[in-house]
Amino acid sequence: MTAAVQSSPDAVLLEVRAVSKRFGNKDVLKTLSLDIAQGEFLTLLGESGSGKTTLLRLIAGFEQPTSGEIWMSGARLDTLPPYNRRVNTVFQQYALFPHLSVSENVAYGLRASNTPKAEIAPRVEQALTMVRMSDYANSKPAKLSGGQQQRVALARALINRPQLLLLDEPLSALDANLRKEMQGELKSLQREVGITFLFVTHDQEEAMALSDRIALLKDGDLEQIASPREIYAHPATAYTAQFIGQTNLLSGTVRSGIADCGALRFATHAPDGPALFSLRPEAISLAAGAPQIPDASVFRAIIRQQFFGGSSELLELNCTGNQTLRARIDARGPLSGEHEFVFSASSAIPVKP
Amino acid sequence: MYSRLYKLVISLPPLAWVILFLLVPYALMFAHSFWQVTDGVIIHSWNLQQYKELFSNSLYATVFFRTLRIAASVTLLSLLLGYPLAYFLSFHAGQRKELLYQLVIVPLWVSYLVRGYAWKTILGTDGVLNGALQYLHITHEPVSALLYSPFAVILMLTHIYTPFVFLPIYASLEHIPRPLLEASHDLGANPRSTFFRVVLPLSMPGLLAGATFAFVLTLGDFLAPLLVGGSSSNMIANIVQSLFGAAYDWPLGAAISVFILIITVSLLFFTERLEKRWTFQ
Amino acid sequence: MSATANRRPIFLTLYSALVFAFIYLPILVLVIYSFNRDGVGGFPPRHFTFDWYRQLVSDSALWSAVLNSLYVAAGAVVVSLTLGLLAALALDRADFPGKALFRRLVLLPLILPGIITGLSLLMFAVASGLGRGLTAVFFGHGTALISVATTEIFAGLQKLDRRQEEASLDLGASPWRTFWHVTLPNLRLSLIAAGLLIFTLSMDEIAVTFFLIGSDNTLPQEIWGRLRRGITPEINAISTLILLVSIILITIWYRLRTRPEHSET
Repeated sequence: MTAAVQSSPDAVLLEVRAVSKRFGNKDVLKTLSLDIAQGEFLTLLGESGSGKTTLLRLIAGFEQPTSGEIWMSGARLDTLPPYNRRVNTVFQQYALFPHLSVSENVAYGLRASNTPKAEIAPRVEQALTMVRMSDYANSKPAKLSGGQQQRVALARALINRPQLLLLDEPLSALDANLRKEMQGELKSLQREVGITFLFVTHDQEEAMALSDRIALLKDGDLEQIASPREIYAHPATAYTAQFIGQTNLLSGTVRSGIADCGALRFATHAPDGPALFSLRPEAISLAAGAPQIPDASVFRAIIRQQFFGGSSELLELNCTGNQTLRARIDARGPLSGEHEFVFSASSAIPVKP
Repeated sequence: MYSRLYKLVISLPPLAWVILFLLVPYALMFAHSFWQVTDGVIIHSWNLQQYKELFSNSLYATVFFRTLRIAASVTLLSLLLGYPLAYFLSFHAGQRKELLYQLVIVPLWVSYLVRGYAWKTILGTDGVLNGALQYLHITHEPVSALLYSPFAVILMLTHIYTPFVFLPIYASLEHIPRPLLEASHDLGANPRSTFFRVVLPLSMPGLLAGATFAFVLTLGDFLAPLLVGGSSSNMIANIVQSLFGAAYDWPLGAAISVFILIITVSLLFFTERLEKRWTFQ
Repeated sequence: MSATANRRPIFLTLYSALVFAFIYLPILVLVIYSFNRDGVGGFPPRHFTFDWYRQLVSDSALWSAVLNSLYVAAGAVVVSLTLGLLAALALDRADFPGKALFRRLVLLPLILPGIITGLSLLMFAVASGLGRGLTAVFFGHGTALISVATTEIFAGLQKLDRRQEEASLDLGASPWRTFWHVTLPNLRLSLIAAGLLIFTLSMDEIAVTFFLIGSDNTLPQEIWGRLRRGITPEINAISTLILLVSIILITIWYRLRTRPEHSET
């Protein structure tokens, strides 16, 4: 099940053309195609085993595609060895050279490409300043914390002015607070430097916060590729709807523009026949005190469980026919018993199974 | 968690053994080097005669430098053979890595004498190699320089010590995290450059350990010259061995042994410091 | 793995094959010629025979040397294992003045040329009145091989789960009981592996033995003596047998060492 590849108006930097990768007798990537636009922050999102890291490694050059081609800036990329590609990688465990100091690490790529000596020192200094690690120029990586090593890894990659920067789950080894901080730094860095970022993560919140576009991978296929808002508001499949954010999956039948899903009935544009809908919990409100909306659909349900979330409450609801739903409403104190709930019919998005 | 009695019981016996059978014998050897032999009898009069003899008689210097040359050759050749093998196994052997590793390790522990003897039968004028060369009409008469020469000693000892050198280098190489190689390639360094800038430096501890082992053990080897070396390849340990045998001069032999011991220990100490400098954990 | 794995480097593969050949060819030659009727040299070997092996069977001097070697090896195993175990425990758990020196001394015979160990012990043997002979050889092997035992057992101790011992003590068992019923069983593999290695090394030992041997020969010494007299394929035959036994023992040793750890209750 693949959604149409969305082409963005900017120039295309990288083209993945029907690439597949097989390890042994396992197809890790199945004829996948996607384009990366110049200057965008694209995230490859997926569970482990979805193929996202494999795709990254194919672009970096550490693996060869079993079939298909990869093109960058109008030239064939996948036939080049990694050291001849204008692509650099930030590794998950940073992979800093333990026997070299921070500045020697950062200078590594410049030395490898025979940059004139006089040019190296100022560029290293600039790179370290950019990631705020100037004070550690002569330290060895072993003395640095995870977050510091990560920044050095970033500088080491970016100093080479690659056309594309690959980031392999660079924040997954950091603790929650540091992660949030680094997310912000990465985003602003990308804006500042203007280099195209290809970011791999399994964390959908991270993907939504950072990306210009998200490419959701599932079992080696491209499930959907769209901007975070688009993919959240209009998931193409049930998998997408459930993977990104939370949702209620309503299955039922459509007859003459009316969807019948157990206790819920609402107007829809979906064609007649069996159908599957995604309804986000935050789309459901308590009917009492809710503002009037033109396509409101109401239903009654008993509150089975309530989870306080600070600014909101997550309610587990039981409708007639033992149908379970989740609703997210503004925090208003403990609730119980049967209530009437309302949602806008247009927030029930038809999705492919 | 461990009582004083427990600690006492586990420390005393090995300590006692080590003192009795290591320290005391070394002390005895040390003492002997300051004594002398007169008319076939060891006299316990303290003097520096032996050391004077050792450093003034050019014979010992000649033999010692020959020994150094042989040890250096063996070490160098073992490295040239053992390092690429370790590199191949660590990075390119794939599925067969474990099996190949066992194949290299096993000869390591198998009798020195047996392996030395094998070379004796191969290199002689009537040996296998000469026979093969003549059979294949590469030569018409036996090459006599193969056996009973420093060449034969170097060949035999290289054969013995290549697996010894392989072992720590392989361990070092295995310890190198593979992402580091990928990072190096990613940053624009080709495999050759990656080897010199990443792999070699990180494998230094193993390389130093292996090289030291081969060098030190060759330095003190006396069996190889006796087996395949002939008199032109006498090494310093052979002199010692004859002084404790037919030439009966224990004090002089002890002095030379002390000399070897000091050189060895200094070398070990030195390379240990060097290894530490090259360890980046 | 990196892109280097994608192209098999031809030169390196060939070179490695040559190194392998270098390591194994001499041994192969030795074994082949043990079946050669016409002597240890020449080429190619023409007449296949078991005669040399048959000769071995009736060679009584050889068998008494084998017996001597077995005595010494057995003794060396017992001594080295016991002291090696204690030394490993001491290095792991005890602190005492001079511990660093002790550790170096214990490990020294591993790296020192055999002649140093042999000669120093010879002087000791003579001075103490013990004299040359199998007993001296026994002490020599024991001393040289404690380092092997200590290293193996120490590695085994590192893999040991301390919490089992703590649990045992917590449940009321005395340190001695804990040692016998918890520590030792967990070290079983290490002990067996170390024992195998020490046995093999003792059977093959020649450098230290050279100086301490008296009138009774160990197997390597017996072979050495025969080399002086003239070489026949009988020596190839006994060498082949030594090779075979060593390889079997070392392979078992290796398998024991690399077994995945499992705890024993």
